[in-house]
Amino acid sequence: MKLSLTKVANGCRLGKIKNLGKTGDGSMDIPGCLLYTKTGSAPHLTHHTLQKIHGVPAMAQLTLSSLAEHHEVLTEYKEGVGKFIGMPEFLLYCSLHDPVRPCPAGYVTNKSVSVWGVGGRVEMTASRFMAIQQALQPDWFQCLSDGEASCAEPTSIKRARKSVDRSLLFLDHCLRLQEESEVLQKSTIIGVIEGGDVLEERLRSARETAKRPVGGFLLDGFQGNPATLETRLNLLSSVTAELPEDKPRLISGVGRPDEVLECIERGVDLFESFFPYQVTERGCALTFSFDYQPNPEETLLQQNGTQEEIKCVDQTKKIKTTSCNQEMTSFEINLKEKKYQEDFDPLVRGCSCYCCENHTRAYIHHLLVTSELLAGVLLMIHNFEHYFGFFHSIREALKSDRLALLKELIRRQAS
Amino acid sequence: MATASPTSLESAPRILRLVSECSRSRARAGELRLPHGRVATPVFMPVGTQATMKGITAEQLDALGCRICLGNTYHLGLRPGPELIQKAHGLHGFMNWPHNLLTDSGGFQMVSLVSLSEVTEEGVRFRSPFNGDETLLSPERSVEIQNALGSDIIMQLDDVVSSTVTGPRVEEAMYRSIRWLDRCIAAHQQPEKQNLFAIIQGGLDADLRATCLEEMTKRDVPGFAIGGLSGGESKDQFWRMVVLSTSRLPKDKPRYLMGVGYATDLVVCVALGCDMFDCVFPTRTARFGSALVPTGNLQLKKRQFQKDFRSIDPECACPTCQKHSRAFLHALLHSDNTAALHHLTVHNIAYQLQLMGTIRTSIMEKRFPDFVRDFMRTMYGDPTLYPTWATEALASVGITLS
Repeated sequence: MKLSLTKVANGCRLGKIKNLGKTGDGSMDIPGCLLYTKTGSAPHLTHHTLQKIHGVPAMAQLTLSSLAEHHEVLTEYKEGVGKFIGMPEFLLYCSLHDPVRPCPAGYVTNKSVSVWGVGGRVEMTASRFMAIQQALQPDWFQCLSDGEASCAEPTSIKRARKSVDRSLLFLDHCLRLQEESEVLQKSTIIGVIEGGDVLEERLRSARETAKRPVGGFLLDGFQGNPATLETRLNLLSSVTAELPEDKPRLISGVGRPDEVLECIERGVDLFESFFPYQVTERGCALTFSFDYQPNPEETLLQQNGTQEEIKCVDQTKKIKTTSCNQEMTSFEINLKEKKYQEDFDPLVRGCSCYCCENHTRAYIHHLLVTSELLAGVLLMIHNFEHYFGFFHSIREALKSDRLALLKELIRRQAS
Repeated sequence: MATASPTSLESAPRILRLVSECSRSRARAGELRLPHGRVATPVFMPVGTQATMKGITAEQLDALGCRICLGNTYHLGLRPGPELIQKAHGLHGFMNWPHNLLTDSGGFQMVSLVSLSEVTEEGVRFRSPFNGDETLLSPERSVEIQNALGSDIIMQLDDVVSSTVTGPRVEEAMYRSIRWLDRCIAAHQQPEKQNLFAIIQGGLDADLRATCLEEMTKRDVPGFAIGGLSGGESKDQFWRMVVLSTSRLPKDKPRYLMGVGYATDLVVCVALGCDMFDCVFPTRTARFGSALVPTGNLQLKKRQFQKDFRSIDPECACPTCQKHSRAFLHALLHSDNTAALHHLTVHNIAYQLQLMGTIRTSIMEKRFPDFVRDFMRTMYGDPTLYPTWATEALASVGITLS
């Protein structure tokens, strides 16, 4: 694996990670995101419908929480999780947890970490964890780590210290086990930066983790509501400053467009794409503009449209969904609203996704009102494509030194 | 479509072109010519109740080879309503389906779904389950809604009684259905664009059914459905009514047997002379984790499939079978990712369409009876396990299962 930076500007890193995957042919652009999956499948989407999306990232995120309980099956299968789930062409990153589903705190010990699957709690010591990874054979995997320091607010220094100590012990143990495993030679361990909100502990975690032969770094514990993120963003800059330039930095739990940009400016390279999934689950569609260089005629039309929609979404609305108590953001529209009943426009004018090329807001509204499964499928297609398009625009903006324009455009749409 | 001479008795368009007929049984292979393209028969039509084939896109359905599917007038009439659909350029425009659509009249749902419905000569009076409003679904109103939907085949409003009902109600419903057919024909505003089918009623009474057949075949419609079956009646009575119906229905018009979709039923009823079928079963059972195979079905949620790394059916060409194992689908079915359901919906529709295609090819190649024998052996294994009704029904049209 080789990370080449083409540009570093205002803290943002633009570049490419090459020589990825079992054959060494894979590559990924940074800044970028990973394809979010649940139990090894993009939510709502079969291979056929996933293929319809433009700009799907080269790497998909799998979650151990959804796969650990299938350890036995995968061991017997022998050929690795990529083939098992029907995604052999994807690069695969295995995270511990599902960013959408925070797990109950209090289950990390000095010897083990637990994840929650459909069948209940799966407790993993370093040995068991590595055995599972051996069955999965992902390209990258998040090392076993203690991510609970950031669960309580404010973090106690003691708890922060423990999270760093434990995570380093797990890392060293896992690295030793990796040396002994032929199968896992082809997989890359991603070191996890912990330490809660305590600066010294974060710095210690970064410096110590960087000493180990990890392939990249996961910045854990920075997720939370917009308020906590602000304080954590300050920490983030200090942390990434301690990390080597030639290894990728992933962050978990950050998905909102404005927060993504903030993190990129603080040296983060890779993000998850659970955010478009959350938007889908609340019956919403991403409509925020990332066209920082629109043609003048369109600007007027689109601005009028956007302004109107921003006015209607003055306060953030709480929409309870089955999988998350997430609030609707100003980056989206709620297709359940009555005003879309006779709206025959596509979700986003000019969007070239399958949903926008073939269907109307009125149709999506109907599907939501009648609780039809197709609503989730079509919204997921659009929301993924829109989100991947956003990341593409970030890279383009960085390339042409126009990130400030994009940032301002996004800021105007954030409420 | 053929242009009609206003003075001819038989001015309804001949939408069915027969390509081949089985020399033993009553099976026929043909081609329907409909406004949105040709449809090979015999055909199975998946049911997309509310302007969607559940979790699969119009493009996926098209890729599976489906050229006609169903929409439900009752559901769509309530949500989103005919006016909105008309604004959206009809049901085709609303759901963006380029091929053919068949809508039923709303009659069956009126009776099966709505507890507080009342049938009078006027129509069916009922309360909307969504806003409690009282509405009357008359033959005229049903046709009006279906005209707005713009489907290629529309169904008359019939007076539907459950096949387990006996007594004078059955006779009343049969005669009323004839009168309602005439009212539908009179109310139909777009005969050039939409083909109105009659629905033969009469329950399980041979005399009533014969009367209905005699009367309805005097009417000038492009096709006939065999209704009032596929309810709770015994298979024994069921096939006899189908045979009676196909005996008396014109050969040059399509026969649509409503509500039939189990593989064995499809094969037998093709032998009995039916051309078109619809059923929620394949798509509904998919959403419960059941995959259809030539030997029956696989309940993929069951533990026995946990480590079964084979595809659902090695002979199946559908995207699900091309890419996925039973083991993966088992794991996915136990998650909350809806993709699992879509994989099975795709496969089950493919199974049904592939079955019909195989049936059709065997008719055209003059080996339909052999096909039937192979099918039964594969499905049931031992001839002693063949359902009696199927053996008898097939025998009645000259196909013996050894």
